[in-house]
Amino acid sequence: MPMEKRLSTKTKIYLTIGLIIVGALLLWGSNYWLESYGQRILKLIAVYGVLAVSYTFVNGITGMFSLGHAGFVAVGAYVSALLTMSPMEKEMSFILEPLIWPLNSIQTDFLTATIAGGIAAAIFAFAIGYPSLRLTGDYLAIVTLGFSEIIRLIALNAQNITNGALGLKGLTEYTNIWWAWGWLLITVVVIASLTYSSYGRALKAIRDDDIAAEAMGINVFKHRLLAFVVSGFFAGIGGSLYAHLLTTIDPRPTTIGVFLTFYLLIMIVLGGLGSITGALIGAALFAILSEWLRIFESNITIGSITIKGIPGMRMVIFSTLFVVTMLVWRRGIMGMEEITWDKLYNWLLRFRKKGQTAEPEPKRGDVDE
Amino acid sequence: MSELKKEDFLLFLDHVTMQFGGLVAVDDFHNGVKPGELLGLIGPNGAGKTTVFNVITGIYTPTKGRVYFAGMDITGLRPHIITHLGIARTFQNIRLFHNMTVLENVLVSQHHALTNSDADRILKKHGMPVKRTGRFWFWKAILKSPGYINLEKHMVKEAEELLEKVGLLDVKNEKASALPYGMQRKLEIARALATEPKLILLDEPAAGMNPQETEELMEFIVRIRDEFKVTVLLIEHDMKVVMGICERIIVLDYGKIISEGTAAEVSSDPKVIEAYLGEWENVS
Repeated sequence: MPMEKRLSTKTKIYLTIGLIIVGALLLWGSNYWLESYGQRILKLIAVYGVLAVSYTFVNGITGMFSLGHAGFVAVGAYVSALLTMSPMEKEMSFILEPLIWPLNSIQTDFLTATIAGGIAAAIFAFAIGYPSLRLTGDYLAIVTLGFSEIIRLIALNAQNITNGALGLKGLTEYTNIWWAWGWLLITVVVIASLTYSSYGRALKAIRDDDIAAEAMGINVFKHRLLAFVVSGFFAGIGGSLYAHLLTTIDPRPTTIGVFLTFYLLIMIVLGGLGSITGALIGAALFAILSEWLRIFESNITIGSITIKGIPGMRMVIFSTLFVVTMLVWRRGIMGMEEITWDKLYNWLLRFRKKGQTAEPEPKRGDVDE
Repeated sequence: MSELKKEDFLLFLDHVTMQFGGLVAVDDFHNGVKPGELLGLIGPNGAGKTTVFNVITGIYTPTKGRVYFAGMDITGLRPHIITHLGIARTFQNIRLFHNMTVLENVLVSQHHALTNSDADRILKKHGMPVKRTGRFWFWKAILKSPGYINLEKHMVKEAEELLEKVGLLDVKNEKASALPYGMQRKLEIARALATEPKLILLDEPAAGMNPQETEELMEFIVRIRDEFKVTVLLIEHDMKVVMGICERIIVLDYGKIISEGTAAEVSSDPKVIEAYLGEWENVS
């Protein structure tokens, strides 16, 4: 085995800070370079990123097959939306039944509302996780799917809290580039920090073999619940960002129902189950492709021939791409690996060596030093 | 058999019976493991050896009887608590964390010291030292506080020392699943040792090994017993394997103890020969 070269922790911290600064500059620049459509996709990438990373923490890293993520997103979305709307707006939207006290008279800023949404979703995650996390595998998937549907149906029927089928409309578009990418940064830092700690190792051990993990002294149920609640918190944060990006939230399955869970599942499986960078790649691909593929739904003119666009065509192409990707990379684009500074550094070294050693041609094995 | 006193034993099973419906897997097991010894639990396939392990480690709660460990009544406690109290085990079919590296596999076993407050309460009640002090490790782990970073360094150092002692340090960054079979067995034992046990239970460690590998492994077990000052309870169905290393052997057949003593005593016991060796001789 060739020895991998490793960078010092200090260098890695500097590189990370550098990356964040460059990223921030690019985002700042996007205000000038991109039109509002491009910016919207940029924001969507970040919001999907928050949701996908929090989802992969449960499904990929702890290895629990949960299909209930959209439920937590819904809780976060509703709670934060109810907190950011002004009493006047609330009075105007709740036409069938007035909103109950005290929700009808309070209004907070976006940050407070988002954190409240996250906490509410975490509480829901605890309440759902406590009875259902004793199950594993397909059984857990069914139970969590059921719970998320229950949350959606409550949203549909609790007229005096969620405004029922009418939903909450005309929210202020608070989710700008900075909120979206700022929360994405926090989510990734917290989840990655947790994954690369003793706790993260325990969660991965549970994923690989829960019986052995228990025999090594890990309280499997407690750790599963912990992962579920952390994931629920960030799903709630993502829900708040999502609601204030769409500016409307309603209990249709396509907005916050099971479809959202499936989209998120596509993102994390495409990116590689158990990989945080993979989830980010999956989220970005999903956000970009689902917008870009819209060109196939409009009329395409090639020379003198005009191909009539078919509505819904983008999802057909998207699904085909997804299937092909999964055939090529059977464990997703990243598998369980992460893109790390060490890996990039080693890759760069190898790349440079290839260029340098073109003439002298050293013996095999020397190159690997 | 003379009267057994539970004070003489590190682990003592007091008239333990384990019943599954009509099947009595373990029938009135009344014996134990003495501090520092290397005890073999043998018997033909299906004799109830693994069930005894599962009762000790808390996977099953015995139908009748109590289990005592180091003066504590551990009957019916959950597996992770029992591990924390000082009993570690390996599995008959290797159960490593396959997607993790060798080093990570060992590090996982140190995690329990951070979180097991229930088990620490039991230790305190019996006047024993708790494994690691400090609180809010979860938050410290997220925020990477200096205390946590030190702990992490300490854990890696301990894990590397352990890997060096068992001779796996060179492969510490390999995936566990990439190791050859014999090394996986060793890693499983190393992983159990990393929980800092007083007693280590080995469930057929030589399964699937050729005679030479088996001999090496047995030497390895004796060495870790001396080096780590642990007590060892070893399950094996192949009697030849344990004859050489175990100071005391308990023979189990159909869930009952049929014989107990040194290798020489056991192998000359007519009951054992009838139940075990007789049948075995006929086969070969």
